[in-house]
Amino acid sequence: MAGAVPAERRMANDIAANLVHLPGASAAEAVAGHIGRFWDPRMRTRLFDFVDAGADGLDPLVVEAVKLLR
Amino acid sequence: MTLLKEPDFGTPERPGPATVSVEVDGMPVTVPEGTSVMRAAALAGIDIPKLCATDSLEPFGSCRLCVVEIDGRRGTPASCTTPVAAGMSVRTQTPKVEKLRQGVMELYISDHPLDCLTCPANGDCELQDMAGVVGLRQVRYGYEGENHLDAEKDTSNPYFDFDASKCIACSRCVRACGEVQGTFALTIEGRGFDSKVSAGAGETFMESECVSCGACVQACPTSTLQEKSVVELGMPTRSVITTCAYCGVGCSFKAELRGDELVRMVPHKDGGANEGHSCVKGRFAFGYASHPDRMLKPMVREKITDPWREVEWDEAIGTVARRMRELQQQYGSGAIGAITSSRCTNEEVYVVQKMVRAAFGNNNVDTCARVCHSPTGYGLKQTFGESAGTQDFRSVAEADVIMVIGANPTDGHPVFASRMKRRLREGAKLIVVDPRRIDLVRSPHVQAEHHLQLRPSTNVAVVNAMAHVVVTEGLVDRAFVDERCEDFDGWEEFIARPENSPEATEELTGVPAEELRAAARLYAQAPNGAIYYGLGVTEHSQGSTMVMGMANLAMACGNIGRDGVGVNPLRGQNNVQGSCDMGSFPHELPGYRHVSDDAVRTVFENLWGGTILAEPGLRIPNMFDAAIDGTFRGLFVHGEDIAQSDPNLKHVTAALEAMELVVVQDLFLNETAKFAHVFLPGASFLEKDGTFTNAERRINRVRAVMKPKTGKHEWQIVSEIATAMGHPMSYGHPSEIMDEIAQVTPTFTGVSFQLLDKLGSVQWPCNEEAPEGTPIMHVDEFVRGKGRFVVTTFVPTAERSTRRFPLILTTGRILSQYNVGAQTRRTGNVAWHPEDVLELHPHDAEVRGIVDGDMVTLASRVGETRLKAEISDRMPPGVVYTTFHHPVTGANVVTTENSDWATNCPEYKVTAVQVGLARPRRDDGAENDRGRERDELLTVVD
Ligand code: SF4
Ligand code: SF4
Ligand code: SF4
Ligand code: FES
Repeated sequence: MAGAVPAERRMANDIAANLVHLPGASAAEAVAGHIGRFWDPRMRTRLFDFVDAGADGLDPLVVEAVKLLR
Repeated sequence: MTLLKEPDFGTPERPGPATVSVEVDGMPVTVPEGTSVMRAAALAGIDIPKLCATDSLEPFGSCRLCVVEIDGRRGTPASCTTPVAAGMSVRTQTPKVEKLRQGVMELYISDHPLDCLTCPANGDCELQDMAGVVGLRQVRYGYEGENHLDAEKDTSNPYFDFDASKCIACSRCVRACGEVQGTFALTIEGRGFDSKVSAGAGETFMESECVSCGACVQACPTSTLQEKSVVELGMPTRSVITTCAYCGVGCSFKAELRGDELVRMVPHKDGGANEGHSCVKGRFAFGYASHPDRMLKPMVREKITDPWREVEWDEAIGTVARRMRELQQQYGSGAIGAITSSRCTNEEVYVVQKMVRAAFGNNNVDTCARVCHSPTGYGLKQTFGESAGTQDFRSVAEADVIMVIGANPTDGHPVFASRMKRRLREGAKLIVVDPRRIDLVRSPHVQAEHHLQLRPSTNVAVVNAMAHVVVTEGLVDRAFVDERCEDFDGWEEFIARPENSPEATEELTGVPAEELRAAARLYAQAPNGAIYYGLGVTEHSQGSTMVMGMANLAMACGNIGRDGVGVNPLRGQNNVQGSCDMGSFPHELPGYRHVSDDAVRTVFENLWGGTILAEPGLRIPNMFDAAIDGTFRGLFVHGEDIAQSDPNLKHVTAALEAMELVVVQDLFLNETAKFAHVFLPGASFLEKDGTFTNAERRINRVRAVMKPKTGKHEWQIVSEIATAMGHPMSYGHPSEIMDEIAQVTPTFTGVSFQLLDKLGSVQWPCNEEAPEGTPIMHVDEFVRGKGRFVVTTFVPTAERSTRRFPLILTTGRILSQYNVGAQTRRTGNVAWHPEDVLELHPHDAEVRGIVDGDMVTLASRVGETRLKAEISDRMPPGVVYTTFHHPVTGANVVTTENSDWATNCPEYKVTAVQVGLARPRRDDGAENDRGRERDELLTVVD
């Protein structure tokens, strides 16, 4: 869709924004946990691809979480 | 009146521990204190003649037919208004009372048209019955005197007539409208002989405040208020007890038939959810089930541009199975999936998710509850440990303060609203949290103490501010929190921060700090504070956070685990709760157990054979994204119209177009069917056998009143598809499916059709610990052990009003219509809501040069639609509102892809839009020829 943010990026950023308040490493763990529990594997793969492609526009917390998810 | 008579004890029950013993005609009987003589007599098996009394209404004492003699008392008191007293001895049949009763009847009959033989109520008329009971043999007054026989008939309501010539002025209708329904539309005008029932000053029923619930029709002892269907088809001859297929209240009905034709639906007195009441949809709007638009034959086509070809069931089922398998071979096993419906029975939903998990071999199953209440499941599970509301509906009768958040019960959940209004009339206080001034804020005999008219999207900030007040003003129920909850300290520290105070959030939320503080105190200090909420909570990008925020607030105030309190979702569709319970989420097996849990998967694998994937599948919006990406190619849509109900329709239709196989099962060729390759005709609820689970976790039986018009049950079709795909599934009867559900779901182990037939209904959990179900949850401890406080940071939505889209659109529903309207639009209910309109504030209208009734354009960054404007100050300036019941308007053309962060529930309630006067279109006719002149103004506003 023209101009729209790719779905996985938008969704991951939303999750991060809602869990960033958690202390220390637990925030990234919670984001990884949430994505692991609720996302179909192909969506995770697409998210990993974003990260590999430079993580453009991705919340740094998501990048942290992706490290845990891999 | 109802045909298949349930016992009528004359006056309502007066439950209480103290009892009184009396004698009626020599029969001893012991009843609760406060019981009427009439009811005591009925309990002793003695029916005292009556006309103005019925046990759904408070006694009124106007007809004097129920007179009795009481030893030691003077005169002949009316038994309906006389309470029992200890040792009383009552005589119901004495020459004196018999004579009085005959006199009363004579008077009634002398002013009544004696056309019994041709009257539609013949055989179902209490006046007729009573004339017989009192032994009326003559009418001395003659029929020549002054009478009402020529009174005019009011036929304005699409479902019932009012024939004033037959009215006996008993005022049962007036009282039903007030006491049962809570609308107070009717009055008795005039006095004495001139008194007559009136629906407002000189108005017809349609012009009046009447909401067509039918309570008055049911209460009327004569044919004065009579269903048109009875006039047309005659009195029914048999009845079947079943459950309404519209909203999540789940009202119980007697479907009354004449032969195989449904004549009327009468709410069932023993129905746990409704106790004899209903709304216009359940009682009257069943005509869609026999509408000519209904499809009865399966159809297939190669491409969506081809015409449909009718086929036999075998071919349709074979085509689905073959093409689904082909897609899997070509694109991988995850390339197909299904969407279950909250309108279907538990048994149907269960077999669809089983087909996906066992035959498709993946977890790509989601339910339309995704787009309404998925945050409820998530939020309540995180905090309380169970994805369901905490109370039964009856509990509201014990509430002292009722907080309604983002729900419009009088329109969305009318029968529950009537129960709630009754409690409010008794003195409970009401807090409404809603951007729109819903009817509850001020209606006859109900006035909200506080209406927190927040800006859309700021729910979490408001609930946090309320909790802030509770914590910082020392209103926390420490004993409850210490004993029953965990993680309180961290939450307390967070919520007490100054940024969560009402003063700090006032500018953002638009709610005056003082008002919010007062509301928070009222809720926290009530002996019993209850929260009821709807889609105005869930359909936000912070929907799950808000559910947890309300749970935090309730726990902090100790408002969980007994009558009169709780956190209660008002579910939209009839079986939202059930479809979620039945495992139609891509990450959860039946009973809300995660697919990654090896032990749980093993239970199902052992029963079904094969392996169940441990990884979650795609949710509905993810399916659409994956379809556009090319990894998702085939979809089975069970009873849902996603091409109308889901947000950002352009995206949805692009996804549907991208798929190679779309299978739609529905009653009608709906919008989604335009993109389908196989159409499987569905059965209406009148043809279904199974169960629905309502918003209070109550499992109700749905019973077929006729055979499926399509020749096959829906669960049968699904089983046959699975079988054709190589996973044999066979059931002889839906009760066998429920037995399987009970076998694999710990909260359902005690449930069976047999138990439901015995108890009427049962609220899960129903198992060894609770063999007759669980009306109130979390009584001694939470399902998860300790109630968990969760920090609920307010994260604003990405959807902002801008210069281009300066207004916020929010959506809702209306009483007479249901969801996308596929059913209700095919009934007489269109009389109330022929089209969706856009409500906008006079100020917003004025600056755009819009007047009431103008056609306007409604545009967001994703799409544009046209609809009629209705000027209204129910919303604050800057907020516009519409419903989504009609496809032509397509409100979802403008809603966006934003969704709840935790569950992807779409953010229907917040869309930045612009509204402008529409240019006239050829098909608008003359109605909008002002359009062009206003264009200039519109540009300025833009
Ligand atoms: S139909 Fe319902 S709202 Fe209308 S007058 Fe009768 S009781 Fe009142
Ligand atoms: S309309 Fe029916 S219920 Fe109402 S006062 Fe007349 S007879 Fe009684
Ligand atoms: S309140 Fe809901 S369940 Fe009850 S009759 Fe109306 S639509 Fe049906
Ligand atoms: S029934 Fe008691 S006065 Fe009418």
